[in-house]
Amino acid sequence: MEPTIYASLDDVTLSFGEHVILKNCSLKIVRGAITCIVGLSGAGKSTILRLLDGLIEPSSGHVYVDGHDLCHTPERDLVELRQKTSLAFQFAALLDSLTIGENVGLPLREHTALPDEKIRHIVDDALESVGLRHIYDSLPNELSGGMLKRAGFARAIVTRPELVLYDEPTTGLDPIVTNLITDTIVRLREKLGGTAVVISHDLHSIFRMADYVAMLFEGAIIAYGPREEIRTSTNPFVQQFLTGSEVGPIPV
Amino acid sequence: MGILERFGERTIAFLEYLGGMTALIGESVRSLVHAQIRYAETFLQAYELGIGSLLIVLLTSLFTGMVISLESAQQAVQFGIGSLVGGAVTYTSVRELGPMLTAVVVAGRVGSAIAAEIGSMVVTEQIDALRSMGLSPVRFLVVPRLLALAIMLPLLTVFADIISILGGMWIAQAYAHINPASFISSARQAVGFEDVVKGLLKALIFACIIAFVGCYQGLSTRGGAAGVGRATTSAVVISIILIFGTNFVMSYLLFGGH
Ligand SMILES: Nc1ncnc2c1ncn2[C@@H]1O[C@H](COP(=O)(O)OP(=O)(O)OP(=O)(O)O)[C@@H](O)[C@H]1O
Ligand SMILES: [Mg+2]
Repeated sequence: MEPTIYASLDDVTLSFGEHVILKNCSLKIVRGAITCIVGLSGAGKSTILRLLDGLIEPSSGHVYVDGHDLCHTPERDLVELRQKTSLAFQFAALLDSLTIGENVGLPLREHTALPDEKIRHIVDDALESVGLRHIYDSLPNELSGGMLKRAGFARAIVTRPELVLYDEPTTGLDPIVTNLITDTIVRLREKLGGTAVVISHDLHSIFRMADYVAMLFEGAIIAYGPREEIRTSTNPFVQQFLTGSEVGPIPV
Repeated sequence: MGILERFGERTIAFLEYLGGMTALIGESVRSLVHAQIRYAETFLQAYELGIGSLLIVLLTSLFTGMVISLESAQQAVQFGIGSLVGGAVTYTSVRELGPMLTAVVVAGRVGSAIAAEIGSMVVTEQIDALRSMGLSPVRFLVVPRLLALAIMLPLLTVFADIISILGGMWIAQAYAHINPASFISSARQAVGFEDVVKGLLKALIFACIIAFVGCYQGLSTRGGAAGVGRATTSAVVISIILIFGTNFVMSYLLFGGH
């Protein structure tokens, strides 16, 4: 069966001033699958997630999510779509005026009519799933970077969105929590059939969870395919990236 | 770069500013009309900015009332019209200096804090996080601050007017032996209820200026901690200039006929 596409970048070019970040970049995100994006630091991976969330617009090309073209859509009309999509930010981006519990519960409190106890319950569960109990009442500035990252992860999954964009969810975390997070991503996909895009540098967890892997290099996707295809790819760029070798076509 | 080119660039930047500001005001009004208001946040903001600004507003107004009284009493007694001092102090306080000074003080204290807070939320991606959750930063942040200022600035102005008149009365008596009864009767002759209302209308407009400029500078912050610093400074500078300009226009429109 041909997989259906949930979201895509279509010939996207994006530049900040003179600096071209993405150049004629196309990428398809398969519905119900986990797509991992790998690439060098600064290659534009976070930028792709921001495009998929409609936070920025490409200089040219189109971004589609669930059949909607995000380009030139007024912010107001994106609201509904954004309730079905969530982005777990690379640096958490929790609101520092709210406690962790309030932060994680915020999308529920704002977009649903659930009673407070119910929200509290869901938030506790979400925090538990990332190994963060007992910090409901802490403020973001009282936590470590890794704890913040996990709380940001909890906030992204708390509404059970159809599409979750995870920006380096395991970078900087210890191996045990890394496994916990990886399992949570897989479990969510299995339980809810949602679609996920994960940026990661952690090859071990990538090959544990990914259905598809895409490699971004110099502004475009240079390799894309099912996990095993990428793992055994003979593409010299992919090989060099996977082995971490300093010798190869990717300049160091 | 040629002069013409630079002029063109400035013009475009200015038009962009106007466009951005108009959009901000438009969206705030839309939120207000749809009653999408976060009341708890609004009251918290109002409480904090009211309590936080009260002392400095009272002090600046007190000394201003005292100095006007000092200057006018000196002159008035010389010309034998000491009985007019109450009117002079009250008139300038209620119509001009009360609303203006309060607004300038609040622009420095609150407008800058708003720009800094929102600006740091921009650079730490908190604003993007709000948008990403489908929450409007305008409804979430701008509207509560706007309402809080719109409630508190007129209120602070009332306090400023009162304390400035009391300060003036005290100096008039201590310095020129003008008794409070004559001070008050002169004040009542010079200033009507209408003047007070017009003064408070000024305060309301100033509140909108401080809120919109502070929020806009915050939301358009670019480039890290230095950017937050720039946003804060320009929020204060721009709102103070706008307050002075608007004050003149409003005085002309409201009081010009008299
Ligand atoms: N607002 C911006 N203004 C100017 N340049 C930007 C902006 N945002 C990102 N960039 C540039 O875009 C490029 C890609 O950034 P991005 O954050 O997408 O990288 P990344 O692949 O996520 O890197 P990392 O793995 O280190 O997180 C970088 O070179 C960065 O300098
Ligand atoms: Mg990144």
